[in-house]
Amino acid sequence: MSEVAPAPVPMPAKRRMAQLVMLAFAVLITMGAYANVGLAMDGAIPSGMLTYGLSLGGLMLAAYLVLAKFAPWADPLILPLVTLVNGLGLVMIFRLSETDSDLPSATLASPNTQLLWTLIGIVLFSLTLIFLRDHRALQRLTYTAGAAGLFLLVSPLIPFLGQEINGARIWIGVPGVFSLQPAEFAKLALVVFFAGYLVAKRDVLALAGRRLLFIDLPRARDLGPVLITWGVSLGILVLQKDLGSSLLLFGTFIAMLYIATQRISWVIIGILLFLCGAVLAGMVFSHVQLRGAVYLDPGNPELYNAIGGSEQLMQGLFAMASGGVLGTGLGQGHPELIPLAFSDFIFAATGEELGLTGLMAILMIYALIVQRGLRASLAARDPFTKLLSAGLSFLLAWQIFIIVGGVTNLIPLTGLVTPFMSQGGSALLANWILIALLVRMTDAARRPPPQAIQNEGMTQVFQR
Amino acid sequence: MSELTLVLIRLAFLAVLWFFVIAAVGVIRTDLFGSRTAPAGPGTGTKPAKPVAKPKSRKGEPRQLIVTGGPLQGTTINLTETPITIGRANDATLVVSDDYASSRHARLFPQDGQWIVEDLGSTNGTYLDRSKVTRPTPVPLGVPIRVGKTVIELRK
Repeated sequence: MSEVAPAPVPMPAKRRMAQLVMLAFAVLITMGAYANVGLAMDGAIPSGMLTYGLSLGGLMLAAYLVLAKFAPWADPLILPLVTLVNGLGLVMIFRLSETDSDLPSATLASPNTQLLWTLIGIVLFSLTLIFLRDHRALQRLTYTAGAAGLFLLVSPLIPFLGQEINGARIWIGVPGVFSLQPAEFAKLALVVFFAGYLVAKRDVLALAGRRLLFIDLPRARDLGPVLITWGVSLGILVLQKDLGSSLLLFGTFIAMLYIATQRISWVIIGILLFLCGAVLAGMVFSHVQLRGAVYLDPGNPELYNAIGGSEQLMQGLFAMASGGVLGTGLGQGHPELIPLAFSDFIFAATGEELGLTGLMAILMIYALIVQRGLRASLAARDPFTKLLSAGLSFLLAWQIFIIVGGVTNLIPLTGLVTPFMSQGGSALLANWILIALLVRMTDAARRPPPQAIQNEGMTQVFQR
Repeated sequence: MSELTLVLIRLAFLAVLWFFVIAAVGVIRTDLFGSRTAPAGPGTGTKPAKPVAKPKSRKGEPRQLIVTGGPLQGTTINLTETPITIGRANDATLVVSDDYASSRHARLFPQDGQWIVEDLGSTNGTYLDRSKVTRPTPVPLGVPIRVGKTVIELRK
């Protein structure tokens, strides 16, 4: 009895050391992968390995220091896990650029640009942590975030500003100089908006309504937000031909609505609306029709040879098949045969070289990142934080599901990036900001609660 | 570079990748099972209390619960093997009529010769000495537990 300390409230450990060790481990694995590529392709360790490893290590160390200073209670695992997937993505892009072939998958892969984007990503991660000291400030920006999100979504449609690349009008920027996909950032803004909006309105969305058979039906007028989101998602689909973002946005909203209200009827309504939208789009738009046909019968030679047909999907499936359980080994497969192997299909390219074993490890790492976010949501002490962290985690998970499901032909293929792995600046930057927000919220959730002063009549100390 | 070396590197790389995943799971293991030293949750370690079990007179074991503050001040409850619940609900062992207490506010239960206090999801929290009880925590002798306006202590 006597050994029990007078104040036995268990303090969550900061786990700074564990974080540093895991971070070093992640950087070492990346360097190992890099060396492996060089050894397999040229028979020597690539000359850039040390600079490459050191720059990645330095970047992550900087991120770690910022995190230790500005979010000391943050989750110790998120940063190392993200570092590893980002590093593996960099290695795969490097590996694709090393091949001697003239295929676009090899020539368009640019590992140095991607490393630069990673640098900018880390800078944005740090800035978010430094300037957003309390994520609850975002709650005050609910409607601003909603408006900003919508503006970012439609901005590619503005003449001169927007550009159409590869059939999707989702870019802004100056041709040839730089281009960004504003939709990637719009997702974050919209999740912030959904969280703030649902915190304010969830009681009416959760309680009002009638019970019919086994489900609680909401009132018709409460369907407004769902219908509006549905309309916006359809708008993206129609005007920008961006299937992935459309599905991502609507799915995330339905998931957050479910988390906020715990009403299964919203999910059913969402799925029904989605099916209506999908059927409508399938009837009207040829590119949606083509995707559907490709999904049902990717091996059809006619579809294989069609423009925008199933060649990419089939090459990805072939690649993963040739990888098998243990993979061909880094640098020893032919992932350059897959069109867009460095961006949309980096998962298939990785699957060829690391096999099912490697892919499962990568999926586990993603799952752990999502789990950390959901854990923060469980531990959070206010509804906005709960919804925002759950929403952001779900956004990440849903994105991975859509692209991995598409690449493996589990669901129809829609163009989305694999978070942190695919080449492309916008997605990487947006995802680093997402991670910074999650880190900020795990910090708030794990921070020990302010100690109450026991004597009555005295005030309670609040930590902001 | 020989074929065999590359095969070995490939297998080693996959092994290291999985080792990373397992190490990461190891870091968060405490999330799932709690730390080793923490007392297990209620019900896992406590045997069903025998109704007429004599309280073991082990040295240093608390025998009484005394209300030292609040409206019920002076009330004592003899401790047996049965858990004690505190709250506004009528079926609580110690029924407190206090706006700051929840219906089922906190619970005290014996385990391995110690009494453990556990907050039952109360609105205003349970405090052991000056710190909020966030998980089942052992209660030393003479340390005040605060539930709303009521303060209780364990005594010999």
